[in-house]
Amino acid sequence: MKVTIEINGKPVSEEVEDRTLLVHFIRETAGLTATNIGCDTTSCGACTVLLDGESVKSCTVLAAQADGHTVTTVEGLAAADGELHPLQQAFRNQHGLQCGFCTPGMIMASASLLAHNPKPTRQEVREGLEGNLCRCTGYHNIVNAVIEASGQEVDR
Amino acid sequence: MSIVGTRVVRIEDQKLITQGGTYVDDLREEALTGAVHAMFVRSPIAHARISSIDTSAALAASGVVAVYTAADIDLAQRAVPPVAEPWLADGVVRYVGEPVALVLAEERYQLADAAELIDIDYDPIDAVASIDAALTDESVLFEEFGTNLVQTNGGPLDDKAFEGCEVVISQTIVNNRVAPAPLETRGGAFAWGTDGRLTVWLSTQNPQIARTTIAAGLGVGEEKIRVITPDVGGGFGAKIGSDPEATVLGWAAQRAGRAVRWAETRSENLVSMTHGRAQQNTVTVGGRRDGTVEVFRIEVVQDAGAYPRALFLPTLTELMATGVYHFPKVETISRAVVTNTTPIAAYRGAGRPEATAAIERAMDLFAAEIGMDPAEVRKVNYIRPEEFPYQTPTGANYDSGEYAQALDKVLESSDYQALRAEQARRREAGERFALGLGLASYVEITGGDAGGESGRVDINPDGTVTAYTGSSPHGQGLDTTLAMLLSDQLGVPMDKITIRHGDTDEVPKAVGTFGSRSLQLGGSAVRKAAEEVIARAKELAADLLEASPDDLELNVDEGAWQVKGAPSSGTLSWAQLAAQVEEPLTADVWFGEGTPTFPFGTHLAVVEVDTETGKVALKRIIAADDAGPVLNPVTFNGQRHGGLGQGAAQAMLEVMNYDADGNPTTATLADYSFISATELPDFELVDIATPTPRNLLGVKGIGEAATIGSTPAVHNAVVDALAHLGVKHLDMPTTPIRVWQALREAGAAQAGQ
Amino acid sequence: MIPAQFSYRRASSVDEALSLLTEHGDEAKLIAGGQSLLPLMKLRLAAPEVLVDVAPLDELRYVRLEGDEIAIGALSRYQDLHGDPVLAEHAPMVAHVAGSVGDLQIRHRGTIGGSLAHADSAADLPAAILASDGVLVARGPSGERRIPAAEFFLGPFTTPLEPDELLTEIRIGKQTGLGWGFEKFTRRAIDWAIVGVAVVGTSVGLINMAGTPIRASAAEAALASGSSPAEAGALAAEDTSPVDEPHATSEYRRHLARVLTTRALTAAAA
Repeated sequence: MKVTIEINGKPVSEEVEDRTLLVHFIRETAGLTATNIGCDTTSCGACTVLLDGESVKSCTVLAAQADGHTVTTVEGLAAADGELHPLQQAFRNQHGLQCGFCTPGMIMASASLLAHNPKPTRQEVREGLEGNLCRCTGYHNIVNAVIEASGQEVDR
Repeated sequence: MSIVGTRVVRIEDQKLITQGGTYVDDLREEALTGAVHAMFVRSPIAHARISSIDTSAALAASGVVAVYTAADIDLAQRAVPPVAEPWLADGVVRYVGEPVALVLAEERYQLADAAELIDIDYDPIDAVASIDAALTDESVLFEEFGTNLVQTNGGPLDDKAFEGCEVVISQTIVNNRVAPAPLETRGGAFAWGTDGRLTVWLSTQNPQIARTTIAAGLGVGEEKIRVITPDVGGGFGAKIGSDPEATVLGWAAQRAGRAVRWAETRSENLVSMTHGRAQQNTVTVGGRRDGTVEVFRIEVVQDAGAYPRALFLPTLTELMATGVYHFPKVETISRAVVTNTTPIAAYRGAGRPEATAAIERAMDLFAAEIGMDPAEVRKVNYIRPEEFPYQTPTGANYDSGEYAQALDKVLESSDYQALRAEQARRREAGERFALGLGLASYVEITGGDAGGESGRVDINPDGTVTAYTGSSPHGQGLDTTLAMLLSDQLGVPMDKITIRHGDTDEVPKAVGTFGSRSLQLGGSAVRKAAEEVIARAKELAADLLEASPDDLELNVDEGAWQVKGAPSSGTLSWAQLAAQVEEPLTADVWFGEGTPTFPFGTHLAVVEVDTETGKVALKRIIAADDAGPVLNPVTFNGQRHGGLGQGAAQAMLEVMNYDADGNPTTATLADYSFISATELPDFELVDIATPTPRNLLGVKGIGEAATIGSTPAVHNAVVDALAHLGVKHLDMPTTPIRVWQALREAGAAQAGQ
Repeated sequence: MIPAQFSYRRASSVDEALSLLTEHGDEAKLIAGGQSLLPLMKLRLAAPEVLVDVAPLDELRYVRLEGDEIAIGALSRYQDLHGDPVLAEHAPMVAHVAGSVGDLQIRHRGTIGGSLAHADSAADLPAAILASDGVLVARGPSGERRIPAAEFFLGPFTTPLEPDELLTEIRIGKQTGLGWGFEKFTRRAIDWAIVGVAVVGTSVGLINMAGTPIRASAAEAALASGSSPAEAGALAAEDTSPVDEPHATSEYRRHLARVLTTRALTAAAA
């Protein structure tokens, strides 16, 4: 079927198999490869994007279900002039990434977390990111990054 | 002021946080246009004869280009001494996940459809799913070889070794099998060029080793293979070199006459990427009531999985068996057996976590037996600072260490006495949440392969710098650290320095990244190359400035050559120098003088155990990790964090479990308890830095150290939490049901007294 | 990773959804949030030939107070329920349980109707609705019927819903001011419950203690005759049939049921 999704402000339209997963539409059809696939059981969150502004695991959404909706990926976070989003800045400042594979999904999940809870505690950040797995960082600096991005002081 | 030793955020990150990394599945190379997609069909049964394979329906399926089985592959068999491993299972399968067939299809989405149509008849053979089962040889994996025992080492053991000891304790400790599970699964892309060369884009830690392995497997010269490593989404030892799949895919690309792309699913990855650990260690400690250990014995049994790809692991465990302690008498012995499970290979620490987990558990058991605080017992037995370099009875030569200092810093930082007091208070009050304190002091061997590394530095005509390293980082931030070193040495700003790695055409000779070797060896190589460039540049600059080389200095604040004390008499920037000389300003070196180094530390884990349900919560972990001078605290501490997380995960949560028939029961990421943010606390890091004389930078490797200390610290903490209820030992992972069962057994034992 | 092939049909109204179901019969499966169905399809444990997407049906997304009852639209997402003010005041246990399902991403997609129709005994909301004595409203070609929760969970993943029926609404009595408690025992925060307990008033629903969500009737009877939380909790495992697994034996599960029920009842009494 023909699927049209507005991704990072631009409409992307293609005739795709009905079973096409949103993550493949983003990566292959739209050519936006920052969003990664880390598992096949909706466990790891590496594929997290915003669908109509809310975080979803794009491997567990059909492109067909996102037809006519909007998607934001990490590639769409920075401003047009290149100024980084506070989360991007904070992840770098706090060394909240190492290999970078979980990072796009982690950043998008964090964006949604902060939209719901603008000043989370460290524990609330950990709970809010329970659906995003990271093997490299041990999560400490990821929590730091989200706390920094929320405008709160990082004291760990 | 030198940038080295200061916090510098990573140069890698700009791309990673905006466009994302370019991992193998992201590549859009022209050579890969029109590539077919590949999927391995893997055995669903642990041990069976393959009675038939019918690929006809699959071959007829939409978009299928080829279906290959062992019968098609005309490559020489791959030796995994003392046996061999087929490229695709040949007549017999030996583990769930073993590749049996390879499907190539035009579109990724057609692969699973085609794979479902392959009809394979399996004739089950009794599975060997555990070390104990393997040792009986009732069912044997390799009929011709005749036994499951594939390696023995060490010994002999002296029956009388423990005679005369006041106290003797013994315990068998399981070091649980875990899945490395980097977030990026394995993948690659393979394209033969019209020049007869194969280009392999591979998610690996060692492009040069991968090139050598693939060339050998395909029976061609190394010059025929180019390996390019793009960004890699984690390796942790499980992406060392290349797996057999890569060779098969290179072969398939040639046979099919098409470029091939491969990206395994996570479920495949959990059963066919090599697993880690999987040892059973029996420790015996003999000593005196004053805490002195007189005799230590470890009997290691390594589960090698179905194909023994990494038999160095148990012997490395033997090498590091005595840890930070001076033991007068030591006995080590090891055996390795094959089982019908996923092959075992390196995983963050590779042989050393197992040694540390065993000796640190042993020290706690000994402490409990003699009624001494575990911190005190350790202090009694530490190797003392004045004893370095220290030759262990097992043959390791430790460079430097301040073991008591690391322990003291952790005890002070954590207020150990206050924690013990709180523990006592809770016990007195019979509180439901028991507090447990676990110590682990560790030493580990880094750069242990004692190989070298390559480094090359070019001063470009415009004064910028390009450096090439043989190291192959995959998250460690080595680009940043090397750029810092070069900036410091050459006086060139970091944003004018480019670090390159990962392409065997650019860096033909190298070892790559594993064993925490990259900064100490790769960094030393780059340093040495820069030194040679500086030495040659000095001569050239002297000529141009009409001064003696001895009168010249490199002003690193300006990045310019000048006469000492008289800058007005002429300066030459790197760009000016490069423009005025005929020869390129470059040096390409091999740093081969590195020898193994021995980082060390102490971790203290604080756990809370809900004694009603058995659930363990890791409340704090205080870690002192000494790998010498810290060149960039940002990346150094990041490695510690990651190691603490993985080490705690093995102790508390993660295990790759098999049933008696060899079926993995934790084979998806929903079932395998990969640790998440909610199970870990904030980490408390204590600073300590003792240099080593063994390389140009004075540094040891930090990549694996924290993993090694944290596992036994957490493990010991859980046992400590339950000690007052009669529990002396339980095996990892300390999942709620195991804790509950241990409490019940101890309670029953106590009741029965 | 990739589901088997299917045809996707999007419904723009409840009537259209029903007629699509009638048209395709056994070949069709409803999809809303897809957070239960798609994982199964990706592992090829489910392979419907036709998917009828009802996610766009906003008219089934609501929480309304209707006299002494609360009407919850079946397509309300977990996250909608978690933050809903009517539920917060009149059925806080249900709001809380909705907020504990999976992770935030899953809660942005998954729906209460999808969860109940899927009828996984290890899921959280089925037990919560069972403990709430909910009534499930299903619409089919022949009209509407109301199925009490006690008659809705017939077996593992089995409900009385016909292939041509759609769950449209869930009704529960107001629970305003009633004590409540919820205990979910997992290894990791994101995991399915090894055992879970949902308590509201003196009703106790058990997660993962049988092939369906069940009520801890012996515990409830004890409460009715004046037992303390601990006394009632001690009976929580009566007439249960928990699965035996390496990381959680049935014996351990029964123990957990007793401990967790006591804790949930104690919280409800506080």
